[in-house]
Amino acid sequence: MKPAPFDYHRPEDLQSALSLLGTHTDASIIAGGQSLVPMMNYRLAQPEHLIDINRLSELDYIREDGDQITIGALARHDAIHASELIAEHMPLISHAYEWIAHKAVRNRGTLCGNLCHADPASEMPAIIQVLEATLILARNGSSREVPAKEFFVGTYDTVCEEDEMLVELRIPKPTAGTGWGFEEVSMRKGDFAWAAVVCLLRVENGRLDDVRVAVSGAAEIALRLPDLEVALAGQAPSSDIFENAATKAVDALAPVGSATVSADYKRDLVRALLPRVLSAATARAS
Amino acid sequence: MNTTAIELEVNGRKHSANVPPRKLLSDFIRQDLALPGTHVGCEHGVCGACTILMDGKAVRACLMFAVQADGASLTTVEGLSKAEELHPIQHAFWEEHGLQCGFCTPGMLAAAHELLSENTDPTDEEIREAISGNLCRCTGYEYIIDAIRTAAKKLRVTQASDASQNA
Ligand SMILES: Cc1cc2nc3c(=O)[nH]c(=O)nc-3n(C[C@H](O)[C@H](O)[C@H](O)COP(=O)(O)OP(=O)(O)OC[C@H]3O[C@@H](n4cnc5c(N)ncnc54)[C@H](O)[C@@H]3O)c2cc1C
Ligand code: FES
Ligand code: FES
Repeated sequence: MKPAPFDYHRPEDLQSALSLLGTHTDASIIAGGQSLVPMMNYRLAQPEHLIDINRLSELDYIREDGDQITIGALARHDAIHASELIAEHMPLISHAYEWIAHKAVRNRGTLCGNLCHADPASEMPAIIQVLEATLILARNGSSREVPAKEFFVGTYDTVCEEDEMLVELRIPKPTAGTGWGFEEVSMRKGDFAWAAVVCLLRVENGRLDDVRVAVSGAAEIALRLPDLEVALAGQAPSSDIFENAATKAVDALAPVGSATVSADYKRDLVRALLPRVLSAATARAS
Repeated sequence: MNTTAIELEVNGRKHSANVPPRKLLSDFIRQDLALPGTHVGCEHGVCGACTILMDGKAVRACLMFAVQADGASLTTVEGLSKAEELHPIQHAFWEEHGLQCGFCTPGMLAAAHELLSENTDPTDEEIREAISGNLCRCTGYEYIIDAIRTAAKKLRVTQASDASQNA
């Protein structure tokens, strides 16, 4: 199918983009277009105005800023995947990109666009939640900071309002010695996850500390698992403990099945993947 | 219908056109530029048949609007060969039976081209990864992987002889 007609706007700077967003109702931002254009081709999305942010080179950056890394709205998946800064401080992100889409899609798609699209089977919404990132939303004349765990409200739905734009993602660098784990099962590598599980943790004096775990694909949004995190904190890591915790955590999940993968199978996947990411993160922690 | 003026370079030739904003880049290439080598399979980013090179990078032409290519330099499959001479990657596809019906081939060639411009000696694993976003319903992929491995070898030989001629 072909997209419905729209008015095309191509601002050259952020201020113009924000005033366009503020003036036009029924306007969509187009970043990489890798999620929006398929929706428009199916006419699931029919915005009257399209605001193309691809000329806002001021937002194309990945920077170190003291104890955090900042990523601008135009930073492409591929640039983040290849970034040495990210590999050094957040190998979880670099590793996860091996599982996200394909080269041609990563060449265009942006991390911020990926987050705004808020697909429940998308990996990065889980990852920015364990990294406890902050999202900067700007509108004409003001801006606000939203913690990652409050950003996602439903399938394809976030707290980003119609006249707002996600301009920057701020990710605190995990403390030295933090271990990480990532596991995913999907139909084919590069497809959206049937289930993806991510984890960050530290081991202090032989005990688990600051355990953070999130899953994608197992609910309407990517979720942290606070009960499991609390249950594991202060414990000595062992596969028994991880497996028990996984079984309990899965009982509380209500995944939604689809034509290709049933809810029960998703639950089984999460139960199997949780101990693996916890063990991997423990092994990487120092 | 409102249109937007664009200028772009395709296969080394400059073009200017007035396009309705909703026109997909894939349709612009096929219909307005009459370059039907760029194939359209799914129009939602999944099959990879429409993959072309934009400023040297592989992109899905069905996931861009033509207006967004204003100022860009594109290479489609028609721009790979020189006159009647196949590009070494195309030649390798021909030698290694890297195509049957040919529907996926333009996209496969673009993906292979990007890979080999960044990595002159890829492993089979890297080749698989590079074409993982391109579906082929005929070959079973193995011959495509052989073709890209052979193409890499051909290109290394060409580069080595160019280097010795310039020395
Ligand atoms: C074949 C294929 C496979 C894929 N596989 C995966 C996968 O495995 N995992 C995965 O996570 N994703 C996958 N994707 C999706 C991909 O990651 C997209 O790039 C991403 O979801 C959207 O980013 P974008 O920059 O292309 O955003 P766009 O498509 O331009 O926009 C997406 C949405 O976000 C809005 N938006 C964009 N930027 C902003 C902003 N700065 N502020 C406010 N709103 C904004 C748009 O209005 C739109 O509603 C795949 C896509 C394809 C085509
Ligand atoms: S036609 Fe573009 S990816 Fe299938
Ligand atoms: S050769 Fe027929 S689809 Fe690949």
